[in-house]
Amino acid sequence: MSVHNPMASMAHDSARLHVTGAARYVDDVPTPQGCLHLAFALSPVARGVIRKMDLSAMRAAPGVVAVLSAADLPFANDVSPSVHDEPLLATDRVHYMGQPVALVVADSHLAARKAARLLQIEIDAEPPIFSIEDAIAADSCFEDGPRVWAKGDAQSVLDQAPRRLQGAITMGGQEHFYLEGQAALALPQEGGDMVIHSSTQHPTEIQHKVADALGLPMHGVRVECRRMGGGFGGKESQGNALAVACAVAARLTGRACKMRYDRDDDMIITGKRHDFRIAYDVGFDDQGQIAAVRFTQITRGGWAQDLTAPVADRAMLHADNAYLLPHAEITSLRLRTNMQSATAFRGFGGPQGVLGIERVMDHIAHDLGLDPALVRRRNYYAAPTQPARAGLANTTPYGMEVRDFLLHEMTDQLLSDCAYAARRAEITAWNETSPILKRGIAFSPVKFGISFTLTHLNQAGALVHVYQDGSIMMNHGGTEMGQGLFQKLAQVAASRFGVGVDQVKITATDTAKVPNTSATAASSGSDLNGMAVLAACDAIRSRMAAFLGQGAEVRFADGRVLWGAQNISFAEAVAACYQARVGLSATGFYKTPDLSWDRAAGQGRPFFYFAHGAAVSEVVIDTLTGENRILRADILHDVGASLNPALDRGQVEGGYVQGAGWLTTEELIWDHQGRLRTHAPSTYKIPACSDRPPVFNVALVDGQNPESTIYRSKAVGELPFMLDISFSGALGRDCGLWGGLSHWTRFATPERILAAIAGVRS
Amino acid sequence: MEVSFLLNGEAVQVSAHPTVTLLDWLREGRGLTGTKEGCNEGDCGACTVVVQDLDGVRAVNACILFLPQLDGKAIRTVEGIGTDGLHPVQEAMIAHHGSQCGFCTPGFIASMVAGHANGRRDHDTVLAGNLCRCTGYAPIIRAAQAAEGAKVPAWIARDAAWLATAAKATHAPHNSDELAALYAAKPDALLIAGATDIGLWVTKQLRAFDEVIFLNQCADLAEVQISEDDIRLGAMVSMARVHQVMAQYHPSYAEMIRRYGSEQVRNAATIGGNIANGSPIGDNPPALIALGARLHLRKGASRREIALEDFFLDYGRQDRAEGEFVEAVTLPKNAPDLRCYKLSKRFDQDISAVCGAFNVTIENGVVQDARVAFGGMAGTPKLAHATMAALQGQPWNMATVEAACAALTQDFTPLSDMRASAAYRMAAAQGMMRRYYAERQGTPTSVLEVAP
Repeated sequence: MSVHNPMASMAHDSARLHVTGAARYVDDVPTPQGCLHLAFALSPVARGVIRKMDLSAMRAAPGVVAVLSAADLPFANDVSPSVHDEPLLATDRVHYMGQPVALVVADSHLAARKAARLLQIEIDAEPPIFSIEDAIAADSCFEDGPRVWAKGDAQSVLDQAPRRLQGAITMGGQEHFYLEGQAALALPQEGGDMVIHSSTQHPTEIQHKVADALGLPMHGVRVECRRMGGGFGGKESQGNALAVACAVAARLTGRACKMRYDRDDDMIITGKRHDFRIAYDVGFDDQGQIAAVRFTQITRGGWAQDLTAPVADRAMLHADNAYLLPHAEITSLRLRTNMQSATAFRGFGGPQGVLGIERVMDHIAHDLGLDPALVRRRNYYAAPTQPARAGLANTTPYGMEVRDFLLHEMTDQLLSDCAYAARRAEITAWNETSPILKRGIAFSPVKFGISFTLTHLNQAGALVHVYQDGSIMMNHGGTEMGQGLFQKLAQVAASRFGVGVDQVKITATDTAKVPNTSATAASSGSDLNGMAVLAACDAIRSRMAAFLGQGAEVRFADGRVLWGAQNISFAEAVAACYQARVGLSATGFYKTPDLSWDRAAGQGRPFFYFAHGAAVSEVVIDTLTGENRILRADILHDVGASLNPALDRGQVEGGYVQGAGWLTTEELIWDHQGRLRTHAPSTYKIPACSDRPPVFNVALVDGQNPESTIYRSKAVGELPFMLDISFSGALGRDCGLWGGLSHWTRFATPERILAAIAGVRS
Repeated sequence: MEVSFLLNGEAVQVSAHPTVTLLDWLREGRGLTGTKEGCNEGDCGACTVVVQDLDGVRAVNACILFLPQLDGKAIRTVEGIGTDGLHPVQEAMIAHHGSQCGFCTPGFIASMVAGHANGRRDHDTVLAGNLCRCTGYAPIIRAAQAAEGAKVPAWIARDAAWLATAAKATHAPHNSDELAALYAAKPDALLIAGATDIGLWVTKQLRAFDEVIFLNQCADLAEVQISEDDIRLGAMVSMARVHQVMAQYHPSYAEMIRRYGSEQVRNAATIGGNIANGSPIGDNPPALIALGARLHLRKGASRREIALEDFFLDYGRQDRAEGEFVEAVTLPKNAPDLRCYKLSKRFDQDISAVCGAFNVTIENGVVQDARVAFGGMAGTPKLAHATMAALQGQPWNMATVEAACAALTQDFTPLSDMRASAAYRMAAAQGMMRRYYAERQGTPTSVLEVAP
């Protein structure tokens, strides 16, 4: 396999920098002399009216240069990514405990943090809204009320269904816990312009919000991000506040300003995954095939709208997961509560929607005494080669035809490869002999829609220069948060020019190089930016070929350029083109084709294609304490024709473990005043090394995306997060917890497991 | 305070406020930004560095380590690990795709370097204190395994040679006598041992301390003495060392310590600190109380010895006079019936919701002696007197165990917090009692011992 083959499992471009500590993050960027440091003073109350704020003690604290409140902001006081309901600093009201109310500018990070604690504020507290019940009672919701999408006539089919079940599942939120906390650095420029270094998945939005805050057109602000120390959705909108604060303070003081949240502040201030309660009413036949289902999805969005609408939409769009639902009605309610504003997190509502229907599958299997894997397969969408069952159209509840459904053969292969049936039998026998410890095994599939559901975001740009020595600079609108996007795209660029990847310089995402970018989100980074890079490279290549070949076919391969009898090095070809005044720089642009989406009606083709995954998990629990752990995971994942199998495998392994954290130890707890009690790794427990499955088999399907994506690959970022849902199925049946799990919170902390055991016994 | 140490092969002398952390000094003072701040409380390991002294090479968290604790030692940050060419673990992490976002990577590298230098193969334990949010850990473990047995870099010997040369000037006190005199003269001073808790007073509570006494030069306080019947642990014996000792004499206690903090925390934390701190959720006291440990206290020239359980008077209050300090703890060498159960949301590096220790002696099917102690069930670590009474002299059977479980409700009225509800704490404590019985009957009870 040649070095520039896009299929090569090359290392992450920054791997050597990572292991030597040379990879620079925002807080590592050398700052100009006199750089100032910022910290927010936070609301001590969850909801109320600010009566009086005394900043004098803060201003008098050692090292403090300035303290700003909302009234001191020169232009827009707005860091919302959506509906302008999120001020940088609270104005007359506070909406959650931890909301920034004042900004300290000091000569050190520590001085700023110390001063921020000297805030004196009087707030007329009002009864905060925390629970789903309280929010519904107060009619506290986003948008105009519930959103309802439907297919067919769910209610009347339910009423006539041979069998019918109702239930509900509650699932918690999740802290991103990117290892690098939020950070930004503002460097004032001549003429009032501003350069921002931000740890952000969305440089263009940072540019936009900073420009508004400084009263500048967007061209007055340049935002750069070389890499993030993890994002997971938590840096899609949550970095706005830091960048805007730095920019405002830099404008005020004329000095560089840096802000990074201490970990506790980060967890107290920023948004998390949306928690959900999903109630269902399902009608089905004796085979377990669903005739109709109604879902009510209720989520708590926190105090500001942020990205709650598209997150809740995506939960609705994944209420079907892999299953053909002849009649379906999905109602979604997005509640406003006095908590951190829930935000994007890997899967973006998808995992929550999928958990809802997976719960239904387990419930049906339990009701009929069938193998849950069998019930799932009976409800699958039809494969491209099959007719849909019972003459039904193979369409989703939102009317999109499923043309590329791979899970039939993937399920066959996975269940066979991991010896699912034999292991189930062995586990059943083992459990008979083990009075205290119980094991379980379960399968779950995932089908995940790829594209932003806000159609206009499905565009990307790239900028490629070929220098006269043959070296190549590549830039694009995507951001690097560890997923290996830059490496994949460097491999794309190298393959277009037929050179080694080491000839391609990867450069920081920069709003001055590629404008109007979308967030690196929705798993779409390589799909969108890969095609844009390809377009830019091909534009240059075409010009070179036209000049060199003069009509003959020109090939770029193995560092050579070949046409007719000619065979010269790429560098020689570039030099010749330069001498002949051939343009060696190009932009590339891409927009995803064939999308149409009517959000109000809930109908259309919001996704370009679907990606698939399947997993089997095995678990063990201790019935005396509820302690539990994953013993083994087997995963088969569809990435189309992988751009880099090693990086894709990394996404799968990491996604599974992160998802397992969501379902097990990662419990967010607020007290009755709205104070987040789990605001540091001492109290909020993401998976540690020994929590990964000791046997962890990951395989990638050797396939091709039928849609014309970059080298026929598929997106991979979010889907693996949902593979761990098999874990909760394993707890349900074999471990004997089903009865105790009815209406449970999907946190398999030891405490919840023991409660479920108690529920079964009672 | 004047402090001198070897940093990445270069001898440095620093004059710094005593509670400046190594991490802040590295990043802000030296521009060595490879070492990262992830949580600033010793829970994520992004700031891990390698420290070497005459006891060997180990990993510690730089974020809660004060500069005076490094006096006379050799430190390697990620920037100084590859000075002789990439370290084998660095090579392996690249080859096995062990980094994604890369932010945790320098800390992982430091932990892996220390594990590699010590020939460790128990990578899950070595790396329990390093959190990664991207990889799911699998490729990191593959890398650690691939580097097993590779040649140790030359800088380790070079740093060791520096350590062995001329005596370094180190700060006082240098032994417990000096400490006793100093502390008697300055009873308001803050004693700092491993700083795994006090570090957070500085980094999170933002408290400032002007009068501090660092105990790390008191070599005599770090001694382990094993006699015919007893083990005497000096207050400054690190938890890593306690783990080694217990692995030999009290394996169940050792297994509990394996999950106590992390490698980095155990390398800094001390047995004396964990006791003197008085936390209701410290994991050593329940085990030590169940063992019948005795605590040795000293004030000036006067010493006294008490049962450990008597040290814990009430939440936040211990039987320690002004100017008095914990000198050592003594525990019996033999207690084959001791079992320690640590219950937390996550197995590794998590503070216990409940920690139970059981030491029940049975002869001819009858309970001869029972010592049962818990952490996390009250404002202090505590003996379960009613439970012990329910066991004492009774036949060792399920009925007795159930009576003991019922008695637990007389012993404790636990609280609810973010780690567990009161009801669960009680149910789990009773579950531990039943587990102890089952385990002694030979029934498998540990999910950690089930193989896939």
